[in-house]
Amino acid sequence: MSVDLEHYLIVGAILFSIGLYLALAKRNFVGVLMGIELMFNAVNLTFVAFSRFVQSPNPLDGHVFVVFVITVAAAEAATALALAVLLYRVRATINVDQIDLLKW
Amino acid sequence: MDDTGTVVAFYLLSAITISSALGVVVVRNLIHAVVFLILSFVGVAGLYITLSADFIAVTQVLIYAGAVSVLILFAIVLTPTGDRGNQETFLRLPALLLALLVAFTLGYVAIDTDWAISDREGFQQTASVIGEALLDKYVLPFEIASVLLLVAMMGAILLVRPDSAMEGK
Repeated sequence: MSVDLEHYLIVGAILFSIGLYLALAKRNFVGVLMGIELMFNAVNLTFVAFSRFVQSPNPLDGHVFVVFVITVAAAEAATALALAVLLYRVRATINVDQIDLLKW
Repeated sequence: MDDTGTVVAFYLLSAITISSALGVVVVRNLIHAVVFLILSFVGVAGLYITLSADFIAVTQVLIYAGAVSVLILFAIVLTPTGDRGNQETFLRLPALLLALLVAFTLGYVAIDTDWAISDREGFQQTASVIGEALLDKYVLPFEIASVLLLVAMMGAILLVRPDSAMEGK
């Protein structure tokens, strides 16, 4: 009994799907953001798993990519949450199904 | 990767990560959902350690379990009369179907593909190699990332300034 690449890939796939469901179905803007963060985590886990198990001349390049993904995710989180606060000030709600100004 | 401790750690950490991610979905209180999200982040950090990625694991705890979750809590606290619930919209069923489809597709591809597995041992040290790669081979993306962080910080400050022109008054 051993832990292989496939195990990590399946955990990453399940985590990504849960994040996708959150991002698509949640009514609260913050819930949508939590789903996006979970998807980032699933992708990072997959990167690190490939970096550990797959043949490569520089196996740690996957880790460098994860560092960049985390950087961009932090920038995304800061901007998106500022948008949430701004949205709350203007419309007094952060429910995404009530932000329908563009709906015809 | 064959010793029993690693196998037990992998299954335990996977169970913690996935069940707390499911907790984010089912819990009805938004603050409780954030707590489950932090637990899920810590579980992913543990999975990184089983992959001998020590630097990434510490970064995960610092940035995700520390900074990002505090940022999310701030967003909840700064919207005091906003909705504290964690309900779904009318997109619940299509989203569930799409998520299941993605999970089965990715899982099938992961199992079916013949990956070029190497038989190397776990990494002995990662932080120094990552640091050298960041300042040598990846120095341009590294510098661009610093500019991106600066712009994101300035954008966030500008958006939530009290006299911001974005408020339309």
